[in-house]
Amino acid sequence: MSVIFIMIPGALILAAIGVLAFVLAAKRGQFDDLDTPAIRAIFDDDDLNPPVKTATDAQPEE
Amino acid sequence: MINDPTSIAQTIRCDHCQLSVPSGLIEPDEPHQFCCHGCKSVWNVLHGAGLDGYYAVRKSVDPNPQRTSATGDSYEELDDPAFQETCVENLPGGQAQTELLLEGMHCAACVWLIERLPSVVDGVVESRANIRRRTTVVCYQPDKVKLSDIARGLDRLGYAAHPARGAAAREARIKEDRKFLIRVGVAGAIAGNIMIMAIALYGGALEGISPTWETTFRWYSMGLGVLALVWPGRVFFIGAIAALRTRTAHLDIPIALALGVGGLWGSFNTITGKGEIYFDSLAILVFLLLVGRWVQHRQQRAASDHVELMLTLTPSNATRVNEDGSTTRVPIESIEEGMVVQVEAGGSIPADGILETGHTNIDTSFITGESRPVPVHAGDEVVAGATNLSSPIRLRVSAVGESTRVGKLMQLVASASADKAPIVRFADRIAVIFVFTVITLALITFAYWTWSSGVRTGIEYATALLIVTCPCALGLATPMAMSIAMGRAAKSGVLVKSAAAIESLARPGTMILDKTGTITQGQMSVVEHNCSNEMLKCAAIIEQTSNHPIARAITDSVDLSESQSTASDINQTIGAGISGYVDDDYIEIGSPTYINSNHQIDEATNTEIKKMIEQSLSPVVLYTKEHGFGVLGIGDPIRDDAAQSIQILNDQRWDIHLCSGDHPAIARAVASQVGIMKVQGSVSPEGKAEFVKAMRAQSSSQSKHRVIMVGDGVNDAAALACADVGIAVQGGAEASLEAADIYLMTQGVYPLITLCSLAKHTMRTIHVSLIFSIGYNTIAAALAMTGVINALIAAILMPISSLTVVALSSRKWKGPRKCQSFSS
Repeated sequence: MSVIFIMIPGALILAAIGVLAFVLAAKRGQFDDLDTPAIRAIFDDDDLNPPVKTATDAQPEE
Repeated sequence: MINDPTSIAQTIRCDHCQLSVPSGLIEPDEPHQFCCHGCKSVWNVLHGAGLDGYYAVRKSVDPNPQRTSATGDSYEELDDPAFQETCVENLPGGQAQTELLLEGMHCAACVWLIERLPSVVDGVVESRANIRRRTTVVCYQPDKVKLSDIARGLDRLGYAAHPARGAAAREARIKEDRKFLIRVGVAGAIAGNIMIMAIALYGGALEGISPTWETTFRWYSMGLGVLALVWPGRVFFIGAIAALRTRTAHLDIPIALALGVGGLWGSFNTITGKGEIYFDSLAILVFLLLVGRWVQHRQQRAASDHVELMLTLTPSNATRVNEDGSTTRVPIESIEEGMVVQVEAGGSIPADGILETGHTNIDTSFITGESRPVPVHAGDEVVAGATNLSSPIRLRVSAVGESTRVGKLMQLVASASADKAPIVRFADRIAVIFVFTVITLALITFAYWTWSSGVRTGIEYATALLIVTCPCALGLATPMAMSIAMGRAAKSGVLVKSAAAIESLARPGTMILDKTGTITQGQMSVVEHNCSNEMLKCAAIIEQTSNHPIARAITDSVDLSESQSTASDINQTIGAGISGYVDDDYIEIGSPTYINSNHQIDEATNTEIKKMIEQSLSPVVLYTKEHGFGVLGIGDPIRDDAAQSIQILNDQRWDIHLCSGDHPAIARAVASQVGIMKVQGSVSPEGKAEFVKAMRAQSSSQSKHRVIMVGDGVNDAAALACADVGIAVQGGAEASLEAADIYLMTQGVYPLITLCSLAKHTMRTIHVSLIFSIGYNTIAAALAMTGVINALIAAILMPISSLTVVALSSRKWKGPRKCQSFSS
């Protein structure tokens, strides 16, 4: 059971690393905008340059 | 044009926006078809930059097509050095960065397109959009591209760009937001880790634990607990100390008391190795309270961001006339005394000045409350903030910025806001009772147990009492209920900037309403007409040629889109009337004196004119050979929902006043039409603020009686700032937006009813939560006083009470009880 003497400080150090990472992320503005990044992620870079003609000519009728 | 039934182009759709192309614009030989010039130019820009992928993206995210609207502005004012100094940040490496607010950004495809700006405008390094705030931060190379080019580029894509003002204040706010979030996150992490220790200790208490382990876990708990109290929990102590210094009641006081005593006694027990420690409960307490406050903070921030966006949309530039006669667009800040500026018809006047050339009518309703347009000629003084209605003018600037009439009013607003005593909120009022009751009970407990079983037991039970009665539920319930209320208000088109405002609206108090623009629409139009529709139509066709405000009111009253008639031989007499032919019929339109000088006005028409004047309408007489005389009553029409809304407010026992800068006769006429008994006319902006202050002084004797000011113009801004709650209505001036606590985004005054109902509902929710939490606290206090409670029971009771109130705060709201159909 004396392993707990090492486990608890170990666990707390891990937690402290997590908290530190969170604080740094928050300070750098990672959580400033929670909406746009979600949108940004849904576009593949392939969307950037599709074959020009098919993209415009293949507009389906609504 | 889209709904034109004769259009054969039902199946031909615009290549850009997917709306059908009007038949007149179909070009059979072209491979691509466009519904308007705007769409065509956006398509060309996108196609030229190889960004056709936009259409694929948009199809997948936004099924509702929208027509694009480029403003075609030159954005010259963005290149002004004075402007660049305040709004553009220079980055190392010769790059510059600025934030632009964009109109029309609404979906994922917009984000996609705006972030591809570097491939549309050369010299732009990066563009990062924020869809919630509708802004983009543009990073660019100033030696390659001008800011105005970037703005024009965005404009060509259909997003009108506006520079975001107040960068420093925003920076500070972002920092504050981040600190807040860090506190919540850290408190959560600490609470979670303490719980692990606590489970070991509680398990040990039930099953038995060796003293070594117990001591170890207690010391770890203390370490984490003290950390929670001095880092994220610090805010409660700071708040409590601030409240004690100013001798105001605040919920932070009982919270800080519980945290402080619990922390000290827990540390003492840890060190001495005897008795209960409370660090798990304390850490959870800190975390839950911070979560509640953070949720409310976010909701308030969303509302104030939205208001800020609207502030930025108000024009901030002026047209300067140079010495050689050419004109330059400059930001409003660089206008100086003695300069000559030009103001187009429909533009707003940027500075106080003397009219040099031209004559026009100006609308000063925002500044004076006067509903009728004021005619001005060369040599007359005009004030900043007024709107030029009829024709272009040039004026020599006599005062700028803070020395203008509007600037002085703004100083009044600032001082009124600073002087305003904060509303003592419900939770804070309760806090006073709380503190006294809890301290009394704690002293009794301490005294009794010290007498019967010694000091240690006395302190033990008194501390347990302080912790279990900590107003956690109340501290959580209020912000939760408030943020839900603000979210609901925003959905029905009401932006609430402060939670205290909602509390003040829950009980009827005094409501002071402005007239022009609040009860009335703030625009001249034909309120009554006593002539055939045929005649009115002819009049409208003639008046189409004139820019006079009354002429526009007449034109707007008739739908002329189907009319084939044309006007000819127009003869206008300034300030009197107009005559001309519509097809072959001769018609004269003008003031009664103007018509009377040509034709004898008959008795019936004269009575009609008198009736109009009694109703405070400006009479306009029409004359044709065929139909004889007709009379139009021009005025500022009352909003459709005003009378009914005021009726409801009256029924709810609100004390309603009308306070207008307009002529007393007009104010009285409007008041009697909507059913307001207490009326004041010709009140100056300063007078309005004084009136509000007087009402507050009078009502402060009756506690809980609040003074609400509802207005729209600059003339109301000081009064809005003075009142307990200032409400700005839709279409209000910039100043009133800033001074108000609440902003109605939808037309009319009916949202006031919705707001009052929501406020009432919210306060009832908070009251119910309070009863529940007092119930819990009474049980807990009884257990603590009798010495039955231990730390485990306290640790279980507290989260249960918190969960109950959080569940209660999302209670359903059914909307205002009466006239539900009316608002839709």
